[in-house]
Amino acid sequence: MKTKRIACLGLFIALAFVLSYVEFLLPLNIGIPGAKVGLANLVVMVALYTLGKKDAALLSFVRVVLVGLTFGNLAMLLYSLAGAILSFLAMLIAKRTKLFSITGVSVLGGVFHNVGQIIVAMLVLETGSLLYYLPFLIVIGTISGVVIGLLSGMITARVGRLFDIK
Amino acid sequence: MKKNDFYLIIGILIATAIVVIFSNIITRKDTAGAVAVVTIDGSEYGRFPLDRDVTERIEHSDGAYNVLSIHDGICEITEASCRDQICVHHMSVQYNGQTIVCLPNKLVVTIENSNNDDIDGATH
Repeated sequence: MKTKRIACLGLFIALAFVLSYVEFLLPLNIGIPGAKVGLANLVVMVALYTLGKKDAALLSFVRVVLVGLTFGNLAMLLYSLAGAILSFLAMLIAKRTKLFSITGVSVLGGVFHNVGQIIVAMLVLETGSLLYYLPFLIVIGTISGVVIGLLSGMITARVGRLFDIK
Repeated sequence: MKKNDFYLIIGILIATAIVVIFSNIITRKDTAGAVAVVTIDGSEYGRFPLDRDVTERIEHSDGAYNVLSIHDGICEITEASCRDQICVHHMSVQYNGQTIVCLPNKLVVTIENSNNDDIDGATH
């Protein structure tokens, strides 16, 4: 079912791209650098549970590069990429251990996304003082992870079989 | 949601709370000799004592800017050219170790206590 896979991936990438744009238009302004809802992670989560890990990884990577080149700059691309890679690895490991449901996996993804961003920002700015923000970012990542996790659980349960190409 | 999810979420929140409380305890809440150290892209731009009111417009090479304002012993950024304005919305800082960051302009403002140089041995 090669054609269906390509079509699904294209659909998912477009959706993630649009959600990133929505988030770009409505920034979460609470005075903490790097704090985000992570709407696009919704798509990555659904992809991870329906299309499989390879396609989800590809989707996540393409989305970050596209969004970074379209709306951001090179520095932003670097932050997002580090966050996306770390968060994807965390989600993959969490899913494989089978200890957590989709919500727990999403929470870990949200937390590690912020951790990755902070690490890169510390390297770029050559300062350790950004660690000060880490607790706040972890809490925000947890909250948004719960929301995204619950939502993607519902979506996967309802429309997941449409994309089931494995 | 599985039971493990709850354990994970609660575990993360408790661990974070402990770290925040602990770091608040070890942060000394004195403002004596506090200096705002401004760093741009890793290199130091200047030091501004918090006991002297000053407004400094920091220009960056690409035309971007941040306006640093020190008044009543606190330090804040009142204006910035970047889109997200996170540093402007950030709460003002005055205690040792507190930081304001502007990622687009690679600007970091950190508060340091100048009498902190004799670290470890300090009991005052």
